[in-house]
Amino acid sequence: MSALSVRNIGKNFGATSVLTDLSLEVEAGEFLVLLGPSGCGKSTLLNIVAGLDQADTGRIWIGAEDVTDREPRDRDIAMVFQSYALYPSMSARRNMAFGLRMRGMNKAEADRRVTEAARLLQIEPLLDRKPARLSGGQRQRVAIGRAIVRQPAIFLFDEPLSNLDAKLRAETRLELKELHRRLGATILHVTHDQIEAMTLATRIAILNRGAIEQIGAPREIYDRPATVFVAGFTGAPPMNLIPGMVTATGGIASFRPEGSELEFVLPMAAAAPTGRKAVLGLRPEHIGEPSPNSGGNERIVMLTPLLVEPTGADTHIVFALGPTRIVGRFKPGFAPTSESVAVALDLDRASLFDAENGRRL
Amino acid sequence: MMRPHPARLVLYAALLAAALLFLAPLYVMVVASLKPLPEIRGGGIFALPEAPTLAAWGKAWASACVGSNCVGLRPYYVNSWIMAIPAVAVSVAIGAVNGYALTKWRFRGAEMFFAALLLGAFIPFQTILIPMARVLAALGLFGSIGGLVLIHVVYGIPVTTLLFRNFYLGVPDELMRAARLDGAGFFRAFWHVILPLSPPMLAVAAILQFTGIWNDFLFGVVFSGPGSAPVTVALNNIAGANFGAKEYNVDMAAALLTALPTLIVYLVSGRYFLRGLGAGAIKG
Repeated sequence: MSALSVRNIGKNFGATSVLTDLSLEVEAGEFLVLLGPSGCGKSTLLNIVAGLDQADTGRIWIGAEDVTDREPRDRDIAMVFQSYALYPSMSARRNMAFGLRMRGMNKAEADRRVTEAARLLQIEPLLDRKPARLSGGQRQRVAIGRAIVRQPAIFLFDEPLSNLDAKLRAETRLELKELHRRLGATILHVTHDQIEAMTLATRIAILNRGAIEQIGAPREIYDRPATVFVAGFTGAPPMNLIPGMVTATGGIASFRPEGSELEFVLPMAAAAPTGRKAVLGLRPEHIGEPSPNSGGNERIVMLTPLLVEPTGADTHIVFALGPTRIVGRFKPGFAPTSESVAVALDLDRASLFDAENGRRL
Repeated sequence: MMRPHPARLVLYAALLAAALLFLAPLYVMVVASLKPLPEIRGGGIFALPEAPTLAAWGKAWASACVGSNCVGLRPYYVNSWIMAIPAVAVSVAIGAVNGYALTKWRFRGAEMFFAALLLGAFIPFQTILIPMARVLAALGLFGSIGGLVLIHVVYGIPVTTLLFRNFYLGVPDELMRAARLDGAGFFRAFWHVILPLSPPMLAVAAILQFTGIWNDFLFGVVFSGPGSAPVTVALNNIAGANFGAKEYNVDMAAALLTALPTLIVYLVSGRYFLRGLGAGAIKG
């Protein structure tokens, strides 16, 4: 039995279909991240799980119970909002205890839980402050504390990190992960930040236009994206997508990038039907300096560098491959000196997609 | 010392002149109310009283004749308070709940409901006097303070609703969603979450309603009986009496007494009033 079961959910706003026949299972103890661009329906799905929005079709099960027709407060869930949504007139302590008091818990027990959560989140000295006197990161902790004290079956996180600055976001990300480990909680987390998804999730579900494109462990999503959309949405910079044509001669399939004289022999020969338009996907880290002792199917080509982007940890170089621009990841300080540079492409790690429907071949 | 800029001096002079112009009638009223009658007849209206006396104030308060009933303003003052306090409280409370329901619990037809309600704020009072009189008579409230309270509540609701609706539009909806998840229903979310954010707008609405209701003459003169007239009606009867010698000092004292509560409300809470009107979105 799953902790949360989303069954065939459909939702329209007027004539626009937001979610179409979406199903999803979240196991107990999982940290499942719903990842997608804005407008993909991920927040709507979260609101439907919370009961703040009604689905047109489908059911929501939490544990062994169908909660589709229940009020949010009767669903055994707690939510952390993007804007934190702390009650401005209440101290941090009262903010955290409010949900417990509304449910009729006695003051002593509510106080005990708040103190315990405050210790866990290291916000004990802040408990008597009102939200206006807390920093963004502190408000965020209080908001998480408000969810923790409820001890819900499922935590719903609606982009809780996106209002924090970059440094604080990275720190809080680690703390969330640690918190998940310590509480053993079941978490459904919505974000558009793929790094957040990669670092936090035990599984990622990628949403696009109201449907799940792929669901799986972060590593799997990253290494074997199921669609062109997933490939282009994950990684920073994202996977290079090179349009071209697959041809097979004598049992060996090869890929010819559009507008280029090059031809790459493909390791995934069997699956590739010949004479078909396709898209070759290569992560930037699989485009780099040739190394003397590399094995496998590494292909060295001469490419024209267009732009050099030093990021500190490494240097990104943009090359022209016919009309397509591709990004490779090089050692810091690497500077192309000539019009063309020898670049190694690790084709063993490449993905191949059908150009028609965007699916992995 | 720094010399002020000449343009500043011109500005200050103009502001001072305007202030004097507007304060002059008040000054004349105050000095006239402190003079005995012969001095008013003899001297200039701007002259300070030679021997200030509160006799006229005492008479206006306790023994001036309102019609044939020489009891002063006092009982009518009491009437006005008995009318204004519940009318202000109820109309502000209903306006707050309306504004909350219209913004945070959007129901089907909420916009239509609001448009219809708003229309009520633009109906000239004169047009509804006769229908209202019949309604009050049917309810058995005609000529009573209760009837006046009801009218002021009904005609206050559109304005208070408008004020609170616009104020609550600035309150983030996520607060309400958090409250729903925390298990608070319509009234508990209002009481615990929304109302504590509202003091600036409560002050604005209460001041507007209080000045409007206290100063009202039309409803007072039409719907009150001899024993339930508000102070504005009594003032009119004192100052408008056209028999015997005209007691300007008593008239002035009565007028000042009548205006006193709204003046005090404005002086004490004007600051909150401006702050409330300028209150924007609340940061969560």
